[in-house]
Amino acid sequence: MRVNVTVNGRPMTADDVWEGESLLYVLRERLGLPGAKNACEQGECGSCTVYLDGTPVCACLVAAGQAEGREVVTVEGLAVPDGGSDGELGGGLDEVQRAFVDAGAVQCGFCTPGLVVQAHALLAGSDGVPPDADIREALAGNLCRCTGYEKILDAVRLAAARRAESGSRA
Amino acid sequence: MDFLRPTAWPDALAMKAERPEATPIQGGTDVMVEINLDKGRPAALLDLTAIPELRDWSREGGEIRVGAGVTYSRLIAELGTELPGLAQASRTVGSPQIRNRGTVAGNLGAASPAGDSHPPLLAGGAVVEAESVRGTRLIPIGEFYTGVKRNALAPDELIRAVRVPAATGPQYFSKIGTRNAMVIAVCSFAVALDPGGRRVGAGIGSAAPTPRHAPQAEDFASERLDWDGQGPLDPGVARRFGELVAASAAPIDDVRGRAAYRTHALAVMARRALGWAWDDLRGSA
Repeated sequence: MRVNVTVNGRPMTADDVWEGESLLYVLRERLGLPGAKNACEQGECGSCTVYLDGTPVCACLVAAGQAEGREVVTVEGLAVPDGGSDGELGGGLDEVQRAFVDAGAVQCGFCTPGLVVQAHALLAGSDGVPPDADIREALAGNLCRCTGYEKILDAVRLAAARRAESGSRA
Repeated sequence: MDFLRPTAWPDALAMKAERPEATPIQGGTDVMVEINLDKGRPAALLDLTAIPELRDWSREGGEIRVGAGVTYSRLIAELGTELPGLAQASRTVGSPQIRNRGTVAGNLGAASPAGDSHPPLLAGGAVVEAESVRGTRLIPIGEFYTGVKRNALAPDELIRAVRVPAATGPQYFSKIGTRNAMVIAVCSFAVALDPGGRRVGAGIGSAAPTPRHAPQAEDFASERLDWDGQGPLDPGVARRFGELVAASAAPIDDVRGRAAYRTHALAVMARRALGWAWDDLRGSA
């Protein structure tokens, strides 16, 4: 079947989609967007977290056909398009991505895209720096097997503090 | 496999009548896991997420009618006052991403004995609104679960909504798991007090082939609680309530826990939950 979906602001079409296929598979294998990661395929790990109509979800649990006509934002869509092209990290990064780099919250990097999207959603709905309990709750469905999470929490606090300082909200 | 995507409820009923073997899919948190892990391959998926009327809840008299597409996240955000037990249970479901997709109706459709919404639905006296092209059927929650992952729906029926009496007193949900998120219940329990009707509702999860009431415990506490004086909870009554709840269970040993542990934990959870609810009732008097 054919699936029409807006991804990162661009209308896209995937053909020959199997009816039991997930949105994650469509994004990665048919639309060339490998940012969302495929790991557990059962909603346990959060590595495939994307926005679906503005709400963070596990793309592996969305049937491709359920995304028909809807808007998806992946980690690739968070970076600011004209934020700079200096070739260095941080050129066009969203402030959550920037904070993950600055705080050393990335080790192998596999869980990072899902954590970035989920943290982005948390901060979009928060004023100031959320309490640690809220951060932990928001990230409870994103597994990281490298970091022990402390640097990830640092990164979320850093992004939130910077955002509060600049007076902006996501 | 076929992918059916009705955009109106009557169309969904017509499709289900024509294709009774089609598997309804809402949040996909159970159905997609089965497909992804190749545990089962439905003949057809009947996607219900494009039907706007399923996404609403409404208050009808003393009842809250929760549409089949209302997610756990919305239930938590919008119905914590009217349905505190169900909202508490919803907060323990999966992770934020799962709660953003999963629904109580999906929990009912899957009918896993471990589903988090079942104990509060039992304690609160919910009714499942099943519909087909033949009409609407109201199924009391205690008659809905018929076996492990089996329910009372006919092949051509879909869940339109679940109707839950708005709370008339304190309600609590309690769940045992290995961590505070992403946990399938080892066992779970819900209690609901109805001071006007002098009734206690008690629902058990993950400790029998199906979620079930604890009728002896309900009758015992309803009779023995000091509804008039609302004095402190008699520890003997609380303990006996816990014992009767545990006696209503029929748990098994499995990877998540042993039967003996589940029985013990249920008695403790029931005793504590009754205490929390009773204290709230006294505090609000």
